[in-house]
Amino acid sequence: MSKPRIKVPKKASAGDIIIIKALVSHNMESGQRKDDDGNTIPREIINKFECFFNDSPVFSCDIDPAVASNPFLEFRAKVEESGVFKFAWTDDNGTIIEAEKSIEVA
Amino acid sequence: MNNERRRLLIGALGSIGLIGTSRVYATAEEVETAIKAIAGDAQIQQGALTLNAPEIAENGNSVPISVSVDSSMTSDSYVESVAIFADANPTPQVITFHFTENSGEAYAATRMRLATTQNVVAIAKMNDGSVFTDTKNVKVTIGGCGG
Repeated sequence: MSKPRIKVPKKASAGDIIIIKALVSHNMESGQRKDDDGNTIPREIINKFECFFNDSPVFSCDIDPAVASNPFLEFRAKVEESGVFKFAWTDDNGTIIEAEKSIEVA
Repeated sequence: MNNERRRLLIGALGSIGLIGTSRVYATAEEVETAIKAIAGDAQIQQGALTLNAPEIAENGNSVPISVSVDSSMTSDSYVESVAIFADANPTPQVITFHFTENSGEAYAATRMRLATTQNVVAIAKMNDGSVFTDTKNVKVTIGGCGG
C-alpha cells in the first residue's frame, strides 16, 4: 500500500482556518463489478477516514462504494497552536493506514 | 469460430443482458427514506447548505463534488454532519462528512462515482437538530460503475 499524499500548510497564524487535502491510493473495489468468469468481485473499500489535531477530532467521514478510487478528501481545520495532525484510513479488511503532518502556528 | 465457442459466447452475452436488466438500482424513494431517517421530525429546509457538482460529468468514475454550510462552527452552533446520496447508483449512500468545532468551516470535497445521469442530494444536520438540503442534477456521459 502506497504512502498517502497529504497537503497541510507548514505555517499558519493562530485562529487561521487552513485547507487540508488528503489522497490515498486504493482501488475502492465497489462489490458491483464482475470478473471475466461472471463472479462478483468482493467489495473492498476504505470505509472510514479520520483526522485529529493534537489528538482531538477535527473531521471524519463514513465512506461508501460510490466514492471514486484513490479517495480524495478536502476539508478545513481551525488551528490555535502548533501541533500534529494525524490521519487514519480504515480498509474493509481491517488495515488502518496512518499518517502525520505537523504545523507551526505563530 | 467453432460452434461450441459461438454457443458459449451467445450464452455469455445473453447473461450479461439479463444482469443488466435485473440489476437493482437505488431509487428516489430510497434516498427519501434515508433522508427522513436523518431528519427525524425536523423540517427539511433550503438555504444554508450548498452542494457543488458539475452540470455534466464526462466520466462517471470520478465526479468532483463539494459541500459547504453557512455556520459559525462554534461550540454553540455547528454542523454535525453532511450526508450525500445519489438516486440512481446501485446503492444510494455516497459519503457522510462529520464536522467538529475544530473544523472552523463546514466545507468538504471529494470525488464520487455516478452510474448514470441522476440527482445528487446533500443533507446537513446542525447541532440544534435543524436540517438543510440541496440537490443537483448531474448528466453523466460515461457511467462509472463498471458493469
